[in-house]
Amino acid sequence: MFFNSLLTNFAALEVGQHLYWQIGNIRLHGQVFLTSWILLGALLVFISLGTKKMENDPKGLQNLLEFLWDYIRDLARTQIGEKVYRDWMPFIGTLFLFVFVSNWGGALIPWRLIKLPSGELGAPTADINTTIALALLVSLSYFYAGLSNKGWRYFEYYVHPTPIMLPFKILEDFTKPLSLSFRLFGNILADELVVGVLVFLVPLILPIPVMFLGLFTSAIQALIFATLAAYYIGEAVEEHH
Amino acid sequence: MLAFNFFGATEGGLFDINATLPLMAIQVVALTYILNSLFFKPVGNVVEKREKFVSNNIIEAKNKLSEVKKLEADLLTQLQSARSEAQRIVSEAENESDKLFKEALELANNEANASKEKARLEIESQTSAARDQLSKQVEDLSELIVNRLILEK
Repeated sequence: MFFNSLLTNFAALEVGQHLYWQIGNIRLHGQVFLTSWILLGALLVFISLGTKKMENDPKGLQNLLEFLWDYIRDLARTQIGEKVYRDWMPFIGTLFLFVFVSNWGGALIPWRLIKLPSGELGAPTADINTTIALALLVSLSYFYAGLSNKGWRYFEYYVHPTPIMLPFKILEDFTKPLSLSFRLFGNILADELVVGVLVFLVPLILPIPVMFLGLFTSAIQALIFATLAAYYIGEAVEEHH
Repeated sequence: MLAFNFFGATEGGLFDINATLPLMAIQVVALTYILNSLFFKPVGNVVEKREKFVSNNIIEAKNKLSEVKKLEADLLTQLQSARSEAQRIVSEAENESDKLFKEALELANNEANASKEKARLEIESQTSAARDQLSKQVEDLSELIVNRLILEK
């Protein structure tokens, strides 16, 4: 295949190679966990520093964290609605923070300087396993939100305006996680690949605008993921009259 | 597990799905709980406490403002009534003093008139008395003159 030969020639790119960890019978993508632990560790350190001394008059990091909290609350409240947004705010916020930190961490930190025996470190969200895990969690969440809020009446949603909608709504339950996971995966991986190829071809200056574009895409993708997750939950708990 | 051999990698590939998926899901759920207790709850408490504090203060300030306005209106009516009362008292006093002045003036006038009248009467009586006396003396004198003239003849 043309693609094969082209991509194997870019030895520096190493697309689709992983650092495998073998634990008993199961195999893991080690590089995904390594980067996610580093990034989440940094996030947790940042948050613990900011919440260490909470005051009524916020100073320094606390300001930033309160802004973040407010941002996430607004996101959850507008999508889920006044009534139950409180229950889902931590989940939506965690999705946002996880995706954001992963995307930006992947784009900003020069992981390639760290050599691995196989594969390379990068954004955890550039691995299909991570994005599918997030998308499935969103699916589970909106089912749980609908069922716990409305009981069996949740399934009225499937025939809501007319029963004709039933097959489409069932199909939606599959397309939602699919589109969520592939959108995030595709965007982040594409950004990494574009930057990688450009760096490989023209190592100076030219990749910089693309890197900025990548940062923009990364932030937007985090916002889109969290917003859609909140929207799906809001759709599930919405009362039809 | 579902594993395409994509982009010619001998092992794995872009769509290599394995136990990373469930473990990552568990990690994200754990992260949700950690962030909830470390970030969302404490920050939410502080922010909501402050929002409550601010809204309470606003309500309190509004109450106080309406109270102040009520007091102000109250004071204004009090001031107005006091002003009209003062005006009334002043005009009353003016009338009173006017009346007193007039009375006193009348009294003084009367008194002056009376004493003038008395003085006039006295002058008149004294004048008439003097005239009587004078005419009597004239009479005596004329009689004396007449007698002397007659005797001398």
